[in-house]
Amino acid sequence: MEKNLALSMQGITKRFGSVVANKSVDLDMYQGEILAILGENGCGKTTLMNMIAGIYFPDEGKIFKDGKEVVIRSPKDAFDLKIGMIHQHFKLVDLFTAAENIVLGVEESQRYNIKDVNNRVSEIALKYGFHIDPQKKIYDMSVSEKQTVEIIKVLYRGADILILDEPTAVLTPQEIDRLFSVLRRMKEDGKSIIIITHKLHEVLAISDRVAILRKGEHIATVDTCNATESSLTEMMVGKKVTLNIDRSEPVAPQARLEVKGLNCVDHEGVQVLKDVSFTANSGEILGIAGIAGSGQRELLEAIAGLQPLTSGEIIFNNPKKDKPVTFFHKSMARVKELGAQEAFHDEYGNPVSFDGMTNKQIKGWVESGKVLFREDEVMNLRDKTPLEIRELGVRLSFVPEDRLGMGLVGSMGITDNMMLRSYRKGHAGFVDRKKPRALADEIIRELEVVTPGVNTPVRRLSGGNVQKVLVGREIAFAPKVLMAAYPVRGLDINSSYTIYNLLNKQKKNGVAVIFVGEDLDVLLSLCDRILVINSGAVTGIVDARTATKEEIGLLMTQTDTQEKEAVQ
Amino acid sequence: MNVWLNFLIDSLAFGAVFMYGSTGEILTEKAGHLNLGIPGIMCMGGAGGCLVLNLIGKSSLPGFLIVMLGIAGALAMAMLMGMIYSFLTVTLRANQNVTGLALTTFGVGLMKVIFSKLDPTVYLVGPKTMYRWPFAGRTDALQCLGVLFFLGVIIAIAASLVLYRTKVGLHLRAVGENPGTADAVGINVTKYKYLATCIGSGIAGLGGFYYIIDYMASQEAYLSLEAFGWLSIALVIFALWRPHMTIIGSTVFGFLFSCSSYIANIEGITITMAAKPILKMLPYVVTILVLIITSIRNKRENQPPASLGLSYFREER
Amino acid sequence: MSEKKNNAVQEPLFHLSKRAQIQPWKAWAIRLAAIVLGLLVCGLVAFILIEKLNQKPEKITDFYYSFIKGSFSTKRKLWKFLKNLAILQCISLAVTPAFRMRFWNIGAEGQTLMGVLGCITVAFYLGGQVPNWVLLVLMFIAALLYSAVWAVIPAIFKAKWNTNETLFTLMMNYVATFVVSYFLVVWVPSGSSTLGKLKYGKLPSFGHEYLVIILVVALLTVLLYIYLKHSKQGYEISVVGESVRTAQYSGINVKKVIIRTMVVSGLLCGLTGYLIGAGLDQSVTTESVGGQGFTAIMVSWLANFNPLVMLITSGLISMLNSGAAQISQDFNVSGALPDVIVGIILFFIIGSEFFINYQIIFRKKGHEKEAVK
Repeated sequence: MEKNLALSMQGITKRFGSVVANKSVDLDMYQGEILAILGENGCGKTTLMNMIAGIYFPDEGKIFKDGKEVVIRSPKDAFDLKIGMIHQHFKLVDLFTAAENIVLGVEESQRYNIKDVNNRVSEIALKYGFHIDPQKKIYDMSVSEKQTVEIIKVLYRGADILILDEPTAVLTPQEIDRLFSVLRRMKEDGKSIIIITHKLHEVLAISDRVAILRKGEHIATVDTCNATESSLTEMMVGKKVTLNIDRSEPVAPQARLEVKGLNCVDHEGVQVLKDVSFTANSGEILGIAGIAGSGQRELLEAIAGLQPLTSGEIIFNNPKKDKPVTFFHKSMARVKELGAQEAFHDEYGNPVSFDGMTNKQIKGWVESGKVLFREDEVMNLRDKTPLEIRELGVRLSFVPEDRLGMGLVGSMGITDNMMLRSYRKGHAGFVDRKKPRALADEIIRELEVVTPGVNTPVRRLSGGNVQKVLVGREIAFAPKVLMAAYPVRGLDINSSYTIYNLLNKQKKNGVAVIFVGEDLDVLLSLCDRILVINSGAVTGIVDARTATKEEIGLLMTQTDTQEKEAVQ
Repeated sequence: MNVWLNFLIDSLAFGAVFMYGSTGEILTEKAGHLNLGIPGIMCMGGAGGCLVLNLIGKSSLPGFLIVMLGIAGALAMAMLMGMIYSFLTVTLRANQNVTGLALTTFGVGLMKVIFSKLDPTVYLVGPKTMYRWPFAGRTDALQCLGVLFFLGVIIAIAASLVLYRTKVGLHLRAVGENPGTADAVGINVTKYKYLATCIGSGIAGLGGFYYIIDYMASQEAYLSLEAFGWLSIALVIFALWRPHMTIIGSTVFGFLFSCSSYIANIEGITITMAAKPILKMLPYVVTILVLIITSIRNKRENQPPASLGLSYFREER
Repeated sequence: MSEKKNNAVQEPLFHLSKRAQIQPWKAWAIRLAAIVLGLLVCGLVAFILIEKLNQKPEKITDFYYSFIKGSFSTKRKLWKFLKNLAILQCISLAVTPAFRMRFWNIGAEGQTLMGVLGCITVAFYLGGQVPNWVLLVLMFIAALLYSAVWAVIPAIFKAKWNTNETLFTLMMNYVATFVVSYFLVVWVPSGSSTLGKLKYGKLPSFGHEYLVIILVVALLTVLLYIYLKHSKQGYEISVVGESVRTAQYSGINVKKVIIRTMVVSGLLCGLTGYLIGAGLDQSVTTESVGGQGFTAIMVSWLANFNPLVMLITSGLISMLNSGAAQISQDFNVSGALPDVIVGIILFFIIGSEFFINYQIIFRKKGHEKEAVK
């Protein structure tokens, strides 16, 4: 069968500042085919497609539609060329019905009548086998229904090229099956479909051809019938690159944080964590690998006390036996409370009781270093707020993914951001800025933070410097457990290495480090063990010294339980 | 006429003042702008209309034309105020609360300055009867149901139809709910915000004009107008952001606000002086209750437009 | 998105972008320019208005002369100016903690009025029956209590059900007005509803009669500055205002902070109410606060919620008010002229914030960008 070119991109290059997102990409797609675009996170798939959809404009290169050169400046231009994109983040008005959202912004000659629109929407749905109630409000809809609305929105505008960005990321297996049958029907109808994904079996199941992107470059386009999971993985992840990161052997690892059977449902009712269990050891870096949005954020937030759990335990083990008690992380009230529970003994092994002692006397005794812990501390952090966790004396540091929206206050300077964790210290109602100021100076010096001054709002610093401030603060807290989510995202090479070195230093100090990363090369070079998470469930924990990229790639992308069992 | 019926009609007529004000405010809020300048805009609407009448009130123009020119004056002045507000909040993305309050300060002040020099024998005495057509000359409450009253009802119903039955209304609501989405599907967000604010202001301005020229029809009327501007904003909440609901809501508010003076006239019912402020307080208390109940029930349709009070800047996500 | 560089594409003439930063002197220069421009327009507007209304031409420089005269020509005017400044400043301080938390409390008018009512209620019932200092203390407590309760009600609903605080606090203003008129009807049986000056409960004064008030507000300005800048609670307010997520991350109880901050706001409104009730009026009317609760919102916002800068903005507004009042007196126009003048100046300052926060980038023939301002 002879095929006509539907769309052709030639020499497309797009830069964001100094970062090259796409580098002279040539890509063809034929009419009536399903083309999969495959690649790791951040390989430039979405950027490339956004240039067809009119969100971005290419710096270099040409786009041809049906053989004619076209200029696409806005989403409207794309619609006029019958190109429609279904974004990963839906753009819908929650308060409107499906039909109202679909018709929004469409210029039609006939008079607006919502009943007609409802009928036309139903017609389209019937034609391709969608299930949709045009009069249902978006806020009542499940994620898959919302996606259906987005697809019909594009079809309603008469698109014959549809681009779907990670359409299966949020769907259940049954919903994926239904989506695929709809896509096949659209293909039979002569529509061309581009589907961006990184799930291999889906690529194999649905597409006619696969284009593989790696680090912004188009590696190859192959016919799906000639491809296998392993051949695709190899092209997708490339050869293992050994990075120049020191990795020492863990010294006397001990179970520090035991997570057992964690389940978690987000506010939209989607189960984001499924029976997650693992142990993070002291003196070890545990990597967490997974496609973006597989539950990494929720996992870390659950441990930090920011995400309510439906079930599960988070056990914090602190080997304290025979170590002196300090006020460094414990309040006087907490020390007294523990004293009453007979948690301490003196240097001769006699139980310590603070009965009848004044605070001053207790303080003096404790600070002499002669009050020792009787047992290791074992605490369940489940259902504890971040403040409660801290008041228990658990030294848990967390470098969240959203640096300025969660980890730091953008409008405040470095000094004030240092206080975010420590401002409660001291009895007076006033904050002490001396120590935070000293800490800020130290971090600026030690981590070579480039800033006009300690009081310059951190929002104005570059990404790398912002991250140094955040990681620096969390490390200054002398953590027992350090969790870092995507700590090198958006950072240049030098800043990234600074962060790796900091994590390694913590590991040598006996901290249990949990590192959520996206670059498999980094994970394999930095971590001791790697936990792979997929759609909120753990699909495997591998030894980073022996595992291959393909192995992890497969664990990250498979969804079928049988496959999972087969690999294990 | 029956006292109670008279009372009901008076409530309707009085309510039309807030009906205009809140219909205008609803259009503005539906575009995502909380316009606290409405009291000032209503005042300036009244001033604009009377300013025109002060020029032509004693002229030999046909009555119909005088009526229309007065309305045009009110509309023009109020829309000018709306332009100031839109320019500051839409184009310059200024804080809406602060801009609105400044606009009210300005509008109320300017109105007072203008009225201090207008001649009631020109702008009021003659034109009053023209505006009170077809019930001019009656002595009961019916006299106030004039041209502007019926225009107000028509505008309120029309505004509802436009908002919920047309594409323009759909687009406007989308702008107020989620300007980012509206922008992405090619709706000109700025244009809609400007139009909604200016038209809304024009409508609100007519309310002020109606109050001065028809409902109160006295030379001191302008002094009490500001308070009804604020009541109009309350009515928006009470009407759950639906213009046609303001017809009922404004009658209830009008009833509560004026019943103290009416009940005193009805035999068999005595009302203490102290009850008057309590009754006048009721519209606001009821509004607060509606606000609380809707927030607790959290029904999506009854909430303020989602982007209310926020400026939209495309490059900021 | 804006970085379109292709010959086939029509570049827009200019585009806007958010400024990453601006030097403080530049920001102040822009504000100053706006005020000067505003004053020129005010003069022009006053000129046109007065000429049209009075039907006789005036010299425009006379306005500015009158304007300055309004605040500074006599000792009495200067004191009055300082008193007005102090009261406005005090309410502005009251609204500030909540605003720094991004809680849009526009109910300071009602909250302050309740404070006046509280202290006058005590003075009305207990005046002459207890020693004067006891009375003053009780009035003080009542003023704080009334205002704090009035302020905390919307806060509780905001914290619990996310009830829109702007609309809620706005409505509370009017409820407060009618609560006051209710008591006036009860207290003044004659039907005039005008409570005369009470004999008891006058704040003692030394030096000048306004001196106590001015000193109290000056002290309060410094205290609030310290509270916001150096206290733990002030720090929590800033964090919550910036990002609720960050606040939760750092273990701050956001609901508690919302309610506590509104109590602080309410207490400050109560104090203002006390200064008005016990220090100045010895009486209460529905107009005791006279719209200053609304003006204070603008004053606080213009000062970027900084108590010290607020002295400048409230001074500016007070000066405009008394200056314009002088103009309306000298040129025989309506006493509402000050509102018009203040309104115009506010438009200019509000508008100028845009040029501080955004920059306009004009495009020159496809390449070279030029930043303006």
